Formats: sequence, C-alpha cells, structure tokens
Amino acid sequence: MWTRVFLRIWAALILVFLFTPIVLIFVYAFNTSNIQSWPIPGFTLDWFERTWEDAEVRRALSLSLQAGLTATALALVLGSCAAFAVHRMTWFGREVVSLLFVLPLALPGIVTGISLNAFFAFGGIPLSTWTIVVGHTTFCMVVVYNNVVARLRRTQGSLIEAAMDLGANGFRVFRDITLPLISTSIVAGAMLAFALSFDEVIVTTFTAGAQNTLPLWIFGAIRLGQRLPEVNVVVSFVILVTIIPVLIAARLTGGGATRVPAAGV
Amino acid sequence: MWNTENFQRLIEEPAYRSIIGRTVFMAVLVTVTDAVLAFPFAYFMARVASRRVQTLLFAAVLLPLWASYLARVYAWILILNHNGLLNWSLQSIGLPPAEIGYTNVAMWIVFSYIWLPFMIIPTYAALERVPESLLEAAADLGARRWRAVRDVVLPLALPGVVAGSIFTFSLTLGDYITPILVGGAGSSFIGNVIYSNVGIANNIPFAAALAIVPVAIMAVYLLIAQRLGAFEAL
Repeated sequence: MWTRVFLRIWAALILVFLFTPIVLIFVYAFNTSNIQSWPIPGFTLDWFERTWEDAEVRRALSLSLQAGLTATALALVLGSCAAFAVHRMTWFGREVVSLLFVLPLALPGIVTGISLNAFFAFGGIPLSTWTIVVGHTTFCMVVVYNNVVARLRRTQGSLIEAAMDLGANGFRVFRDITLPLISTSIVAGAMLAFALSFDEVIVTTFTAGAQNTLPLWIFGAIRLGQRLPEVNVVVSFVILVTIIPVLIAARLTGGGATRVPAAGV
Repeated sequence: MWNTENFQRLIEEPAYRSIIGRTVFMAVLVTVTDAVLAFPFAYFMARVASRRVQTLLFAAVLLPLWASYLARVYAWILILNHNGLLNWSLQSIGLPPAEIGYTNVAMWIVFSYIWLPFMIIPTYAALERVPESLLEAAADLGARRWRAVRDVVLPLALPGVVAGSIFTFSLTLGDYITPILVGGAGSSFIGNVIYSNVGIANNIPFAAALAIVPVAIMAVYLLIAQRLGAFEAL
C-alpha cells in the first residue's frame, strides 16, 4: 500500500522535473522585462515581433530550413535505397554495411564533426551550406534507413509473390504493393530526420564555416548572454518545430519510429 | 611521419589527466543519478500504472527527449541563475538562496536532466518483461514484496539499466556544449579540449589523439555491458 503511494508520488515528481523547464521557456517568451528573472513581471507579445524583424534570426532560420530540407531530401533517397538493398538482397559484406549505416548515430557528434571538418580541409573544400547539408545527411540518413528497414521486415513477402503471380512486373509491384505498404514509414523517417537536423549543433559547428543556423545562433547568444528575450522566442519556436514532426511520425508508425534513440546528436 | 608524441603529451601533462578524470567522474555520477531517478518511475510505469496511463507516461518521457537539446540546457540556466525559479522557490519556503549557477553542480543537474529519458525507457522495457508468475512464485515461497523485488525483479531488470547507462555514460562523456553553457571556470571536458584544438588552436592531430580517449573508454564500457546482457535489452 505505502509502496504504491511512494511510487505514485515519485512518478509525479519526475514528470514535474521533466516538464517544468520546457514550460518555463514558453512562459519567459512572453516576459515584459528584458531581465530573465522569476516571477516575470507581466506578459507581452512584443518579443515575437522584434524577433521576427531581426535580420540575423531570419537569415539563420532560412539557412536552417534550407539545410534541413535538402538534407532530408538526400537522406530520403539514400536511406530508403540502402534499406531496400540491405533487406532485399544478400551480398558480400551486407552485415558490415548495415552496421556502418547505423554507426553515425552512435558515434559522439564531436567525432563525426572533426572527421568531416578534417575531410573538407584535406580535400580543399570550403565550408558552405553544402558542407552543412553533407554533415546533416550523415545522421538524417540513419533515421530514414532504420524506419524503412523496420517496416520492410514486417511486410509480408506473400503479398509481393501474389502480385507477381497475377502478372505484375517489378515496377508495377513496387508502385502498387511495396510503396503503399512502406510509405508511412518513409514519411515518418523524413519527419524525424528534419527534426534532428533543425536542432543539431555539434556537427553543424564543424561544417558551417562563417554562417549561422538557428541552433548556432542560439548557442552563440546564450554563450554571450546577449539578446536573451529573443532567445526565449526562438527556442520556443524550435521546440515546436521539432516536436510537431515527431508527433506526426509517432502517429504514422504507432509509436515505433520515435523509439530510435538519437544518441550522439 | 608517424609518431606517438600526441599521446605522450596526453599522458604526461597533469592538466589533461585531470580533465579526463573530471569527465569520466561526471559521466559515472550522472549515470548513477539517472539510474536512481529512473528505476522507481519505470517500475511504476511497468507494473503499477494502467495500460492507458502507461501509454501516456511513455509519450511524456519521449517528448522532452525530442524537444531541442539547447532549449533544455538553456531552461536550466534560467532556473539556476541568481534570480531564477530555484532561488524563488527556496525563498518562498524560507530557505537561503543556492548559488549553484555556473558550477559543476549545475552541470550534474543539467546532464542528469537531459539524459534521464534514455535511462527510463530501457529500464521500463526490461521491467515490463518480468513475468508476473515469477513474483507469484516468490510470494508462494514466502518472500515478502521487498525481498521479491530485490531477488527477482532487480536481477532481471539489470540488463535494462545497463542498456540505459550506455547512453547516459557515453552522451555525458562526449558532450562539450553543456560545460560551455552551464559549467563555470575550470569545468572543461575532454570534448572542450578537442573543440578548442580544432577551432582555435587548429591542432587536428592532437584533437584526434584526444578523441581516441572517449572512444577507447566506450569500447571497454560496451564490452562490460555486453557481458551483463545489455545488448538484448536495447
């Protein structure tokens, strides 16, 4: 009896611990004062307007969107093709390739970061939007791959065999059977990939050169303790932009996709 | 030219040894803290809560995990600073303010917070798999509830806790953002030294030698974790 009461209280406290910081940021975004102290003196929408008019924030937002969308698009093609190759065919070194594919997610971001940085320096490639895209694609690809492979493993081969028995050729089978079966897992993978990319700091630091993505802008501002009222707004926005795609992905896959731990990113 | 100069420098200079020591100590401390915080919560989720509550709690644990990393670190700066929520709460119950912003204590709290979901989920998964019949058997043989938890549930849940510890340990080990943002003076981690050697000092060979340290520590850790059956619980 007392054990149950204890467990119930413990669970409630952990939930408070998990959510207080997140709720707090949203509250601070409406702070009338530019000093970040608790309790806030009043509520205002001014900082939303100011932040929206800040040219630096807008540039960072547009770079983040550009890098995130491009990396997601590349990850979709590479990740799902790799998933098909690993699932459908047996070939020499398949196990190694499937391990190598998941590795960027398990490696500390700083290792991926310096490797890419050294690679670009060695090849004489100047850092630009494209180097950010390459960096992000390395881990975005993994989420797409994981999602599609998991779905392919669960689809029944008999459906494909039935279609072939009825005279469908390879392309027709892909279009009418395979694609509809795996489409939600591809969309879910894309959502998660975008969410990861939109929030990534570490790999971006080493591949961005002089440009700022939104997280790099936030990092810089927090570090210097400058423009914190705008940071509150931007950070609230980033939380929403990363959580909404994840919720959609969870819906599409019945919760399975979001279990993939995002280690190292 | 191949040589071991960079590794020698790593071992011989006491400054680097103390940085490696601090990083590993923090990783252990955070792992233990998260295990203690997560276990009763995961136990409640897996064995007490109804099916519906279970699903809700699962989502509630995952949501902060996907909310921006920087946002969650930043939130703690707001909470721990001199005029923040923590001191306000302490004051309202008549306690003196705690000055823990920008210290190693702040780092400990922030790390434990951001990696906690990584510990809860595998622990929960392991606890959920413990069959009820084993507990009934223990009760039939005369074991009290606590005894059954200690001798039956705990050993079976251990692989899950170890699986969670892989994340909490390795993520703390490789981090350099949290030490920059919430740690004070003299709170550098291995990652910070790597970062400054790539960015400012531009000494990539030394940075690479240093990056071997967390990779090697993780290799040993993973071997032990595998022995304890953690990989089946991932």
